[in-house]
Amino acid sequence: MKKSKQFWPFIVVAVLVYAVVQFLISAEIINQFYSNTLILIAINIILAVSLHLVIGITGQFSIGHAGFLAVGAYISAIVTMKLHLPFVVAIIIGGIVAALAGLIVGIPSLRLKGDYLAIATLGFAEIIRIVFLNIDAVGGAAGMQVSHLTTWTYAFVCLVITLVVIVNFTNSRHGLAAISVRENEIASDAMGINTTYYKVIAFAIGSFFAGVAGALFSHNFYIIQPSQFGFLKSFDILIFVVLGGLGSLSGAVLSAILLTVVSTYLQGYPETRMIIYSLVLILVMLYRPKGLMGTMEITDYFKLWRTPKGGGQHGK
Amino acid sequence: MENKPLLEVKNTGIQFGGLKAVQNLNMVLNQGELVGLIGPNGAGKTTSFNLLTGVYVPTEGDIIFNGERVNGLPPFKVTRKGISRTFQNIRLFNDLSVLENVKVAYHSLAKHNILSSVLRLPSHFKGEQEMEEKSIEFLKIFSLDKYKDELAKNLPYGQQRRLEIARALATGPKLLLLDEPAAGMNPQETKDLMDLIAFIRNKFDLTILLIEHDMNLVMGVCERIYVLDHGQLLAEGSPEEIRNHPKVIEAYLGEEVHDVNA
Repeated sequence: MKKSKQFWPFIVVAVLVYAVVQFLISAEIINQFYSNTLILIAINIILAVSLHLVIGITGQFSIGHAGFLAVGAYISAIVTMKLHLPFVVAIIIGGIVAALAGLIVGIPSLRLKGDYLAIATLGFAEIIRIVFLNIDAVGGAAGMQVSHLTTWTYAFVCLVITLVVIVNFTNSRHGLAAISVRENEIASDAMGINTTYYKVIAFAIGSFFAGVAGALFSHNFYIIQPSQFGFLKSFDILIFVVLGGLGSLSGAVLSAILLTVVSTYLQGYPETRMIIYSLVLILVMLYRPKGLMGTMEITDYFKLWRTPKGGGQHGK
Repeated sequence: MENKPLLEVKNTGIQFGGLKAVQNLNMVLNQGELVGLIGPNGAGKTTSFNLLTGVYVPTEGDIIFNGERVNGLPPFKVTRKGISRTFQNIRLFNDLSVLENVKVAYHSLAKHNILSSVLRLPSHFKGEQEMEEKSIEFLKIFSLDKYKDELAKNLPYGQQRRLEIARALATGPKLLLLDEPAAGMNPQETKDLMDLIAFIRNKFDLTILLIEHDMNLVMGVCERIYVLDHGQLLAEGSPEEIRNHPKVIEAYLGEEVHDVNA
C-alpha cells in the first residue's frame, strides 16, 4: 500500500540514526554533554509532535502541555523510586496516567473554543503543577530525587514509537476526521463525524506522549521540581509547533531540533541567551510567517521533485 | 410506505431568550418530493434547517424522520440517520483536497478503528482503500474527478457549490437540505444547478428540501412550496398557488394601499 512505501525507508533511517549515535556514545567519541543534548532533542521532539496532534491536526489550541509532561514525570518517578518497578513500566504508566489526566481535562474543556480553550488548558496545567507543589510525598517545592535511567536507547525508541503512532493516526480516516474538525467544525459535524470524540481522542493521545516524554525527562536530570513545569515550559512546546508550521509534523520535528540546539549552545552565554533565543523566534516568524514548513511535510518536497506537477498532500 | 411521510415536523419552534425565531412550524415531506422553503430575509428559514439537522434543539414540538424522533439528537447522529445538508455560506474543508472533502463524508461508513490504523492492520488498508475508491467513483458522477487533488479553496465558486452538494450526498442521505444553493451564481450556473438537482434526485432516489431566493429556480423545480415569514408558516401550496397567494405577495412586496387612487 501507499503507506508502506514511506514506512520502510523511515524504519531504515531510524535504525541507522540509532546505530550511528549509539556507536558514537559507546565508543565515547561524543561526550556526555552531546549525548545528553541528543536525549533532550528526542524528548522535545516527542513533546512537539504530541502537541502538533492537538493543535496542528485537530486545531484545538491547548497551551497547557507542560501539565501532562509534569504528570508523566512525577508518576513515572514515583513508580521507579517508591515502587521500585522497572523503567519501562514507569514510562508506560506515566503515559497512561497522563492520558487519563488528558481525558479528565479534555472532556469538559474541549467544549470551549479558541481563546477560551487556551485559557482553560493553561489553568489546568497550573492546577496540576500546584498539586505536585503541595504533596510532601513527592518533595513539594524542593523537588524529588530521581535516578538517572534515561539512555539514548530509551529516548530513541520512545521517539520512533511516537512518530509512528501519530503519523499512522494522521494518515487514516481518523486523522482525516480530526483535520476536518480543524478545517470546519460545523461542516465536520454535518458530515456525520463525532467531533467531540475526535477532539478528546486527539487530546488523550497527545497527553499520553507528553507523559512518556515526562518519564524520559524526569529520569534524565536526577531531580524534578514543580517549577520546571510552569507555563513557560508549555510555551516552549507551543513555540516548537508554531515555529515549525501549524499542521506540519516534520516542521514540529525540525523546529524542536533547531530550538533545542540553539538553546543548548546559548547556555554558554547566560546574559544574552534569552535575547538571542527570542531574536531567532522573531526572525523566523518575520521571514516565515507560516512557520518553517508551512503546512507542507518533508515528504511533499520529495514528491515535488519526482513529479513536477505536484500532487496530493499529507504525505501519503 | 407510499403513504407514510419521510419527514414530519409537528408544531416545532425555537425560542432564543424572548425571541421566538420559529414557531408552530408544520411540514410534511413525502418520499421523493422536491419542496421549496421560501420567505423574506430573517423569516427563519436557515433556523428551520438548523432545527431539522440538530444544530438547534427545538424548544417545542417534534421532528419525526423516517418514523423516528430526531429532535434532540446531535448533528452527527442526525446525519447518520439520513438527513444531510449544505450551507448558505459554503463550508468546505478549504485546505483539504477535493477527494479528501468527499472522503470525510465516507468516514462513518468505514469500520476500521483507531487501533487498526495505528498498527496498520489489514482492516485499515481495506477500509481506507474502499473509502478512496468510493470517493473517486462519487467524484466521477459529479465530473469533479479531474479536480480531485486540487485544494477545495482553489475551485471556482460554482464548482465549490457542486462539491458541497456532492459531499453532502456522499453521506448517503434520504433527505437532502439545500440552503440557498444558487446564491451568488450567474444565470448559466443556476441553470446547471437546476439540471444537477434534477439529476441527483433521480439518481439517488432523494427527497429534497431547498431554501432559495431565486424565484426562477424555486418555481421551476419545486413541486410544493412552504412560505415562512416572521418565524411562522404563511402559506403552503404548488408554485402556481404560491405565486398568486395574497399573503405571500404582501410579505414580499408590502401591503397594498387601497385608498391611494380612491
